[in-house]
Amino acid sequence: MEKAVFIIFAIVAVGSALNLIAQRNPLYSALSLIGTLASLSALYVTLHAQFIAAMQIIVYAGAIMVLFVFVIMLLNTPEDHPEIEKQQWLRYLAIPFAAVLIGEALYVFREIRNITLPAQGEAEHAIGTTWSIGTNLFTQYLLPFEATSVLILMAIIGAIVLARREES
Amino acid sequence: MLALLQQTSDFQIISRETVQLIMPEVILTVFGCAALVLDVMLPRALKKVVAWVSLSGVGLSLVSLGILYPNLVNNQSARVGFFEMILVDDYAVVFKLMFLIGAAISIILSIKYLDEEGEQHGEYYSLILFSVVGMMFMASAVDLLSLFISLELMAISVYILVGYLKRDRKSNEAAMKYFLLGAFSSGVLLYGMSMVYGLTGSTNLAKIAAAIPNVLKIDVVKTMTERSVMDMRYLLLLSMVFMAAGMFFKIAAVPFHMWAPDAYEGAPTSITAFMSVGVKAASFAMFGRLFLYGLPDLRATIAGNAADSVPSLPGWAVLLGVISAITIVWGNLGALTQNNLKRLLAYSSISHAGYTLLGLIAGNQTGYIGVVLYLFIYTIMNLGIFGCIIALKRRGISGDNINDLNGLIKKAPWLTVMMTIFLLSLGGIPPTAGFIGKFYLFGGLIETGNPWLARLAILAVVMTVVSLYYYLRFVKHMYIEEETETTPLAPSRVLNWTLSVAAVVIVLIGVYPKWFIDISQRAARSQALKTYSYKAEEAEQPLELPGSMGAPSR
Repeated sequence: MEKAVFIIFAIVAVGSALNLIAQRNPLYSALSLIGTLASLSALYVTLHAQFIAAMQIIVYAGAIMVLFVFVIMLLNTPEDHPEIEKQQWLRYLAIPFAAVLIGEALYVFREIRNITLPAQGEAEHAIGTTWSIGTNLFTQYLLPFEATSVLILMAIIGAIVLARREES
Repeated sequence: MLALLQQTSDFQIISRETVQLIMPEVILTVFGCAALVLDVMLPRALKKVVAWVSLSGVGLSLVSLGILYPNLVNNQSARVGFFEMILVDDYAVVFKLMFLIGAAISIILSIKYLDEEGEQHGEYYSLILFSVVGMMFMASAVDLLSLFISLELMAISVYILVGYLKRDRKSNEAAMKYFLLGAFSSGVLLYGMSMVYGLTGSTNLAKIAAAIPNVLKIDVVKTMTERSVMDMRYLLLLSMVFMAAGMFFKIAAVPFHMWAPDAYEGAPTSITAFMSVGVKAASFAMFGRLFLYGLPDLRATIAGNAADSVPSLPGWAVLLGVISAITIVWGNLGALTQNNLKRLLAYSSISHAGYTLLGLIAGNQTGYIGVVLYLFIYTIMNLGIFGCIIALKRRGISGDNINDLNGLIKKAPWLTVMMTIFLLSLGGIPPTAGFIGKFYLFGGLIETGNPWLARLAILAVVMTVVSLYYYLRFVKHMYIEEETETTPLAPSRVLNWTLSVAAVVIVLIGVYPKWFIDISQRAARSQALKTYSYKAEEAEQPLELPGSMGAPSR
């Protein structure tokens, strides 16, 4: 089961990464990047790293991708990609997809009552929870964590140095 | 809140002494940030102040290293800190000293170079300081995670510095190539690391070293009908090769050297100087940590199991031997036909990486001393030669074509003499320091008594003679050729003094190398004999296995 999940999501991740490079329209590339990030986050879940998986979705697929898409929208005028108009038939896929989504939601709502949560103490110390990540980050991995912050500062400075307009 | 703090203070996450261990790095980081802030505050005419502030940061860091050294770290006790993320021993301290000296000289070279280019900015110096922080952590990190992050900290700062001359297309191209190939090689390195983690279950180098004998065990299960062999050695070897490939890229060993000539030519000359010594030395420090601490059992031939017809496999000594032979030959042959000084020195630096690898292959005291000593000497002499090239730079003349050297003896006799000293040292001619370094590297190989290693040493000596051809071409242009242009040099007093000191030091080491050999020996000893680790306290077994490198054909 876990292997099957891994294989499916790995294929999706690599496939959307390839699609990202192959697409000519930057918006499609951005959407494929979301596919990669989302399937990566699924892989994190299989590794019992739920927190990282959630972060992956919220931070990358959510916040950062929205920024990406905004920038692409601001830079490109709509008439640059008329090929969007060509694929009229895609809209008819919306109906089955919506039906599947609604069915899924109904199923979850019905089943959620039957789930028993693990005891409080167990949950706290399980791998991949915020508690264990926070503890590890500020004890065992304190030095790499701080070094990474310097690393990111460096990357920001680099981006500014290289992208800044010359004042002369 | 306060109660919570008091509670955690019993828990002693980090003690004062642990913080002291990274004090040199902390000081550099603070000065790097200060340089950024100062750059914004100062008017254009005073930007040079940032350079001096950065230089004083390096100086302070040196002082703190000096205080740290005799008090906390000494020959008897290496200090582990931050949950075994770093290990501050003689090896780390000597390399940190090397990086700080290199950084100080590079900053001095940069002041003059950026003046000529009209690109005096504060971020430049803060990027240098941050990359030195990365290098210093690379020397002391003993965990795959901290090693990798410090490597990236160094590398990303240097990628940006290579592309610093935004209006120069060569600089852009160099940065692009270096960045893309560098990112790729980091990926390869990381892939190797992840497999090692998977096989040994730890990211800590000492724990990896302790776990490897278990991985190397071959389980042969025989049942009535079939025989299954559990052999993880191939996977381990594959991950070792991946990690080695990543490191070969960073030290620019053939066949991972393609980026070096372009990156060295396109980068600002002061950065070429900095990356040819700093990045290379730091990568060697990491190479040593990874392979001598982390994978000592993979050095020699990995025994198979004759009874079950499981073959023996070659260890990393063979891999390094082949790579260093190719590197030495290719680097020297490539340099022969170059007319651009920076490209020529790029090829020469490739060959020097090959020479330095020899010390790791030898795997004895002499070899390890050779590695540290040679990197130390190489730092000084290579910065010296690049300093001379920067001194030649003036309005309209880049100073990096070999014809710019024509008739230099008439224009600047002292500069010519200094340049000659550095060149002779790079070539390894006796009264200079380069000879001492090569003596230890080649001597280590001969000492092992292994015929293959002796042949490698002979090859290296022959190629050293070849290298003299292109080093002496400089000399010919400086002394014999007629002047082709008469623009006067634009001397800088600070640069001249620095180069003079470097030249004197190079001669001094050549004549009286004792002090440098002593400190290299300390570093080598901590590397070779103190397998600081969970297993080693009682049984102090040396990592070296004399003469154990099997012939490649076997």
